[in-house]
Amino acid sequence: MDSAILSLLGAFLLSILGLFAFIWSLRKGLLVENPRGAGVIFARGEIGQVDDPALADPALRQLQDVSTAREGAPAGADAGELRDRIDADRSSAFPVFMFIAFACLWLLVGSAAGLTASIKLHAPDWLTGEGWLGFGRLRAVHTNAVFYGWVSNACIAVILWLLPRLLRTRLAGAGWAMLGGSLLNAGVAAGIGAIASGWSDGMEFLEIPWQIDVFIFGGIALVILPALYTLADRKVEHLYVSVWYFVASLLWIAVLFLVGNLPGVHVGVQQATTNWWFGHNVLGLWFTPVSVGAIYYFLPKVLGRPVVSYNLSLLGFWTLAFFYPQVGGHHLIGGPVPGWLTTLSIVQSVMMVIPVVAFSINQGGTLWGRMRVAIYSPTLRFMMFGGLMYFASSVEGSIEALRSVNRVAHFTHFTVAHAHLGAYSFVTMVMFGAIYFMLPRVLAWEWPYPRLITLHFWLAAVGGLLYVIPLSIGGWLQGLAMLDASRPFIDSVTVTMPYLEWRSIAGAMLTLGHLVFVGHFFAMALRFGPHRAGAALFWSAPETGIAHGK
Amino acid sequence: MENELKLGAGAVASLGIATAALVVLPYLQVRDLHPAPGLKPYTEQQLRGRQVYIANGCVYCHSQQPRDRNFGPDFERGWGRASVPADYYYDSPHLLGTMRTGPDLLNIGARQPSEDWHLGHLYQPRAYVQGSNMPAYRFLFVQKDSAEDGDRVVNLPAGYGVPGKVTVATREAIDLVRYLQSLDRSYPALPAQARP
Repeated sequence: MDSAILSLLGAFLLSILGLFAFIWSLRKGLLVENPRGAGVIFARGEIGQVDDPALADPALRQLQDVSTAREGAPAGADAGELRDRIDADRSSAFPVFMFIAFACLWLLVGSAAGLTASIKLHAPDWLTGEGWLGFGRLRAVHTNAVFYGWVSNACIAVILWLLPRLLRTRLAGAGWAMLGGSLLNAGVAAGIGAIASGWSDGMEFLEIPWQIDVFIFGGIALVILPALYTLADRKVEHLYVSVWYFVASLLWIAVLFLVGNLPGVHVGVQQATTNWWFGHNVLGLWFTPVSVGAIYYFLPKVLGRPVVSYNLSLLGFWTLAFFYPQVGGHHLIGGPVPGWLTTLSIVQSVMMVIPVVAFSINQGGTLWGRMRVAIYSPTLRFMMFGGLMYFASSVEGSIEALRSVNRVAHFTHFTVAHAHLGAYSFVTMVMFGAIYFMLPRVLAWEWPYPRLITLHFWLAAVGGLLYVIPLSIGGWLQGLAMLDASRPFIDSVTVTMPYLEWRSIAGAMLTLGHLVFVGHFFAMALRFGPHRAGAALFWSAPETGIAHGK
Repeated sequence: MENELKLGAGAVASLGIATAALVVLPYLQVRDLHPAPGLKPYTEQQLRGRQVYIANGCVYCHSQQPRDRNFGPDFERGWGRASVPADYYYDSPHLLGTMRTGPDLLNIGARQPSEDWHLGHLYQPRAYVQGSNMPAYRFLFVQKDSAEDGDRVVNLPAGYGVPGKVTVATREAIDLVRYLQSLDRSYPALPAQARP
């Protein structure tokens, strides 16, 4: 049969299925709004009460006044439910602190390696005496440190902290999760050492030798099991949408990591398709759902208002779950892989517009008229910026997957810029915001120098854009030069030089921001700064005033 | 949603569909692949060189997948015909790459067979290509006062060596060059993949 007829038939069957799904959702009442579902993150009577632990009391009162002026005063939260929340927080404090501490460590390692690699691209005769300082190794050290070290640890911290809160229960098996964290981070350290010394499995994002992956997988499993036990032990009936994202992402990363790293199974071009199935899914099914789930919690929680459309968030979840896993083939457009595979990936890349738009409408609607709050709340500032960049990076990704665009952008720094728009300006910013919110609750201690949070935000936001925008332009020019057969190849190198230098400047800004952030983290962990409310030991949070509800 | 089992099952099923499409189907499609008739297996030394290529992350700047002529001027640049799955029969791990900070290397052995050129270029790329930003791989070479028996002395262009010393290639450098020289898929590709 001719492929045109096949695709027409496919489209026909899909539309019929879509119609049935629509009828079914009508019958089940799924299209009727469900404000009760959206409100489960609040205790009874808590709606209208703003929340940002990153703020000191006077600033928080100011924030509350802005909110009260618009929406009226909150009724006052149910003390019993707040006590449950404190209990939930206390049960997860130790493991969450551990994962955040590891994340901070890897953030510094990853930044140093990334900045050095960036400088080497325009100063190729710098540091050429040692193998481990070579560009190719430092680049892999950078990607692995930030992927498996920074973001993954931060994601796990967010999941372990929010699950007990959302399920109104205690974290089950906190000790096992910490054992898992030790295994995971020992594995990441060993893997990065292996890559630096030249021992690598050789595939992008799968560099860590499989012998070491065994430990990392064991670590992930030991984190997943307590999360699933906590889920089974829940005290709420309704699972909030963030829980969906978190639980699904934990299952996804386990399958991905296992299949992607199986030794001796994948060969030749099939290995390449598996490589990119994995590579893109780590972003799409691990970083993205955790970050989106985090925004779905922190954004309404800071505002004290449930998200406007709970159903849209559910639509976003299932469309993300269906479309995102199939997009990886767009990394091989024009390559020696079956044509249907890249076409499938291009189609699903474009379909990703649906979950992204669903999310963005929801975020925009919830924030509508409340943007001023971002002036006061650091957490919200990071979350808003991250959510906006999710929209930007995802739409850019959908366009980039189109064959005509990909022809230029493929094989160039444009892709690198796009990766940073997603992994930094979106995911990393959300993780920063989440940590600023969580840590005062985890340590029962306030951020000692609030100004540093503002400084960090501007360094990260401006540095990120300064990284992405010039490098995208440079990458595009590089692609055009490469496609022009009348220009020598070296033109495509020369044209990128000023943009690569800009990238190093932006990278230095980001690194500086990270030093501020991690320094602030240590200052807080070591109880520096003016003494404010809070006990000295983080496993005995103060009973005074039920701090968590304030 | 109140049911965590449905959630888990739905999440795993959606990933399962994707895995079938992107991992299992390609596996079935290329499982019975035969090596291209003109393709020779790597020698032991070439495989060692391939490990040096992997260890130093050459793949992050060099692809090994010339594209079709209607996709880009890869052929006109001398990078070779569009590659086919049978060209990669002996490649594990695959090194298709996704960046072209430098040129495609699937046919570098045919394009540039000279060992002297490769060794010198690895030692100092800018001695051969003005404006190149490829790292200099100094650590793959040693400087000696005079060459000993069995040493492979690198003939560098005037002004690039260390005065009064000779530059000797290490075994890794020679292995790597052997691998690069072996990259030659200039034999004709089969018109299409043979399927029963």
